[in-house]
Amino acid sequence: MEKLLNDIKVGWFLGTRQIRRSNIWTTLLIVLIMTLTFLNLIVVSGILVGLIEGGQRANRSQYTGDVIITTPVGKAYLEQTQDLLSVIQSLPQVVSWSDRMLASVSLEANYQSRNFQELPNTAGGQLTGIDVDRENGVSGISQYITEGEFLEPGSSGTIVLGKNILRRYSESFGDTFPALDDIYPGDKVLVRTGDKVREFTVVGILDSKVGEISLRAFVTQNDFLSLSPRPTREVNEISLVHDKTISDEFIRDIFIERGFDGRAKIQTAEGATPDFLNQIKTAFALLGSVIGGIGILVASITIFIVIFINAVTRRKYIGILKGIGISGASIRIAYILQSLLYACVGSALGSVIIYTLLVPFFEANPLDFPFSDGILVAPIEQTLTRFGILLIVTLIAGFIPAWMIIRQNTLDAILGR
Amino acid sequence: MIRIQNLEKTYTTGAVITPVLRGITLDIKKGEYVAIMGKSGAGKSTLLYQMGLLDKPTTGSVMLDDVNTHDLGEGERTVFRLNHLGYVFQDYALVPELTALENVAIPLLMLGQSEKEAYAQALKMLEKIGLGHRMNNLPNQLSGGEQQRVSVARAVCHHPKILFADEPTANLDSASSALVLDVFDALHAEGQTIVMVTHEKEYAERAQRTIVIDDGIVKE
Repeated sequence: MEKLLNDIKVGWFLGTRQIRRSNIWTTLLIVLIMTLTFLNLIVVSGILVGLIEGGQRANRSQYTGDVIITTPVGKAYLEQTQDLLSVIQSLPQVVSWSDRMLASVSLEANYQSRNFQELPNTAGGQLTGIDVDRENGVSGISQYITEGEFLEPGSSGTIVLGKNILRRYSESFGDTFPALDDIYPGDKVLVRTGDKVREFTVVGILDSKVGEISLRAFVTQNDFLSLSPRPTREVNEISLVHDKTISDEFIRDIFIERGFDGRAKIQTAEGATPDFLNQIKTAFALLGSVIGGIGILVASITIFIVIFINAVTRRKYIGILKGIGISGASIRIAYILQSLLYACVGSALGSVIIYTLLVPFFEANPLDFPFSDGILVAPIEQTLTRFGILLIVTLIAGFIPAWMIIRQNTLDAILGR
Repeated sequence: MIRIQNLEKTYTTGAVITPVLRGITLDIKKGEYVAIMGKSGAGKSTLLYQMGLLDKPTTGSVMLDDVNTHDLGEGERTVFRLNHLGYVFQDYALVPELTALENVAIPLLMLGQSEKEAYAQALKMLEKIGLGHRMNNLPNQLSGGEQQRVSVARAVCHHPKILFADEPTANLDSASSALVLDVFDALHAEGQTIVMVTHEKEYAERAQRTIVIDDGIVKE
């Protein structure tokens, strides 16, 4: 143990001086390579995962809230709406909630000027009856208006359309959605459900990458009930947001414990994420790891070459050090120390760039993908894990060439044979 | 102090076998100052490397301070060199990234001294050879003579039992050579055992005894 500590002490002595007095430009070049490797390791997979994470985050903030309660299959609406709302209002941790009424409707536009030899300008959609203030409290939906304005509380006869109901927005998806042509704020649309028809004035268009927002038509709950009456104002979904002092699961479990499970579908935001999104996320993370792995391989080869060249060119001095009695372990430690310094400084610089530049940049300027706003996901624990991997790989890449040179015959090294 | 018996060293390159030392037997006493002379290729440096445990003889034995070095493994030889031997090489062989003080201090650190203790002892040694004022200079900031004196300081600062010097003046002008040999004289006066390889008769005459090697055997 004492010998090991002494070897470390002498290795540190040699290593720190080699680093301090080596060519500054060579050191900077190696540190730059390590920084780029670290960025490659974190950023590539972080962006790939971020494409999905951005969608999930938008889903939570614009649609599900922290917990969403929806109508089970086979039911027209949540039959215990009032009981559910009573529980929600009794929970001090719930800071906002929004109840939504849903009905499948047909929307028709340009019916006043239609030539009856042409097909009607129609599209299917889901009519959503909301309380404007409560919905804004949960999803801040009004901030996603891209044309016109949002519904006013208590307004009547007005409707806001999700952008994908309009062909000029949805045509990038091909014919995936039946959509309305030539509709702008101020135009009239007919909304049909069952045998009821009502005319609405379009007041705004919502721009969102969350499917549940972009494919829905929003009206006030009173307007909704005029088309689809419900005995005691039952709703189809309730999204709620808590104060983050408790987990999403805690809130979900309260409803399950109170016996709502089965009569309502109670899910956390994460639970409500479609499985295919999680699968894409896993696949992207794997892809990112593969790309990062190649980066690590390149970095380890770089470190190997740098240390090898360094050790080969200093072979004579290594021989002399051994000749005057300096242990091989001390000399190896000096080289390993250099490798670790490159890895640590490179990773530290990479982390600074990631957390002070790239993450804020992607938050402010997300990648515009059709299904999400891609952000850079770089959780600290994942960054630390990858830093650890880089450190170990660098350590090995530094150790092997030093070991190869140091194990050579001392006299041959001194004489350059 | 040094007892060599029937020492042979042969180098093999492919099918070519080159005998360099051919049965050398000699004794060097404690405190002796011995010069090894000979023509180029006579085997004097090879003999020094075998005595100094930098190389292993093909046959024969090297006893240093009553230790049969034949049985020592590579690691033990390194430790033995650190504890008992000092070296001065022909081309100074200072570590370029270390200052004069650090070059002298490094064997002391390896021996377990703290940095503070090692620096204090190294500085004392540098002052003794007149280079205290150059302690913070890197080797490339020193003249050849100064570098060789730092090399001598590094070789003796840990008080080795034997000091080996392989043509220490070969790359120096006569003034610098004289300064280095003055240091050797002073060390010898303090009782240091010194074995020096040289091809300069004038310098060999400063030693107590001269061993002449010719074609791998002692001609003295």
